[in-house]
Amino acid sequence: MQKKPAALITLDILAVVLLGIATYLALVYAPTEAVMGQVQRVFYFHVANAWVALLGFVAAGVAGVVYLVTKDRRWDIIEVAAVEISLVFFLIAIILGSIWARPIWNTWWTWDPRLTTAAVTELIYIAYFMLREGIEDPERRARFGAVYTLIGSASAPITFFAIRLFRTIHPVVIGSGDPGAEGTFAMTSKMLVAFLFALFAFSVIFIDLFWNRIRMGWLNDKVEQLKLKVAR
Amino acid sequence: MATIEVTSSARPASKPSFIKAVWAVVQKDLAAELRSRELLSAMLVFSLLVILIFNFALELDIKTRQSVTAGVLWATFAFAGTLGLNRSMAIEKDRGCLDGLLLAPVDRSAIYFGKVFSNLAFMMIVEVIVLPVYSVLYNTNLFLPGLLMVILLGSVGYTAVGTLLSAMSVQTRTRDMLLPILLFPVVLPVLIAAVKASNGYLTGTDMSEIMPWLNLLIVYDVVFIALAFMTFEFVVEE
Repeated sequence: MQKKPAALITLDILAVVLLGIATYLALVYAPTEAVMGQVQRVFYFHVANAWVALLGFVAAGVAGVVYLVTKDRRWDIIEVAAVEISLVFFLIAIILGSIWARPIWNTWWTWDPRLTTAAVTELIYIAYFMLREGIEDPERRARFGAVYTLIGSASAPITFFAIRLFRTIHPVVIGSGDPGAEGTFAMTSKMLVAFLFALFAFSVIFIDLFWNRIRMGWLNDKVEQLKLKVAR
Repeated sequence: MATIEVTSSARPASKPSFIKAVWAVVQKDLAAELRSRELLSAMLVFSLLVILIFNFALELDIKTRQSVTAGVLWATFAFAGTLGLNRSMAIEKDRGCLDGLLLAPVDRSAIYFGKVFSNLAFMMIVEVIVLPVYSVLYNTNLFLPGLLMVILLGSVGYTAVGTLLSAMSVQTRTRDMLLPILLFPVVLPVLIAAVKASNGYLTGTDMSEIMPWLNLLIVYDVVFIALAFMTFEFVVEE
C-alpha cells in the first residue's frame, strides 16, 4: 500500500484552513450589501464554485482528447476525477444561486442562458456516468467516456448561445429586473478581497480534491489488477 | 432484385471508392427495412401515438395549436427518432452484422456516413407521413418550403449525433435505455433552434428573425458531423 505523499497531506490541511478563512471573509469581513442585504454573501462562494467547476469541465474535455490520442489510462483517470468533482461543485453553485435568486429574482429558477446551460451541463455529465456504468471493459469505458466528454463540451457552449439568442429575440419578461449576473452592485474593496480569496480558496480545494481523486483512481486500478491476479 | 446485386458487388477484393461504400451501407439498410418494415412501422405508429397524447395533454384547440405546433412536431420527431436509431444499431449488433461491416476493406467513416444516411432516410420518411396527417388532423398547413428545410436541417443534426451515440449505447449493458439519456442533453441546441425556426415559418415571422436559428442549425450540423466523423472510429474499434 502506497503511503499518502506528504505534499498531499499538507495540501489537505491547507485546503481546510483556506476554506475556513474564506468563510470568515465572506460572512464577517465583507460588508453587507446595501440593497440585497445578507443574502448577497452567497455570491462569493457561488461564483468561486461555478468558476472552478467550469475549469474542471474544460480540463475533462482536454483529458478526453489526450486520452483518445495517447490511449494512456492515466488520462482517463484524470478525466473521471475532473468530471466527478466539477459535477459536485457545479451543483453547489446552482443551489447557492437558487438560494440567492429566491429573494432577489423572486423565484428559485428562471430559464436564463446561464441557468439553463448549467442544468443541461449537469445532465450531460450525469449521462456520462451512466454511460460509464454500463460498460465493463475498462478500455472501452475510457474510450466511450472520452468521446462523450468531447461531444458534451462541444454542445454545452452551443446550448448557451442558442438560449441567449432566444432571449435576445424575445424580450425577457421574468427576471428583467435581474441585477445582471455580475455587477449591478459595485464591489467595495473589502468585498473584492473576500471574493478573490474565495476564488483562490476554492481553486486550492479543487486541486486538493482533484489530486486525491486521481490518487484514488490509481489505487482503484491497482486493486482491480490485483483482483485479476488472484482470480487467476 | 437489383439491390442484392449491388450490395454484394460492394465487397470485391479491390478497395471500393468512399461514396460507393457509403451507398452500399445505405442500400443494405434500406433493403433490409423494405423486407421487414419493422423499424418504419414502429416509428410511424409511435409518432402518431405521441401526437395523440399531445392532443389530450395540451388540449390542441385552435388558439394553442398556433403556438405549440412546432413544439409538438419536434418532440414527436425526437422521440420517434430515438426509437429508430436504437433499432437500426441494435440490428447491426444483435446478429453480428457490425463486425462484418467492420471487416469490410473500407474506411470506418464510410460506415458511419452510410448509417447516418439510412437513419436520416427513415426519419424523413416518418416526417413525410406525419406532416400531412398532422395537417389534416389539425387543419394547419405544414407544407411550407421553409419549414421543410428546417426539418431537413434539424434531422441532419439529430441523426449525425444520434448515429454516433447509438453506436455507443448498443455496446453497453443498459442498451436502448441509455440512448435518449445520452442524446437529448447534447442535441438540445438542435431542438431549440428547430422549434424556434419552425415556429417562425408557421406564424409567418420576418425572415430576419428566423435567420439566426437557421445559421445555428447549420453551425451545429457542421460541427457535429465533423466531430462524429473524427470520433466514430474510436466507438467501433475493438
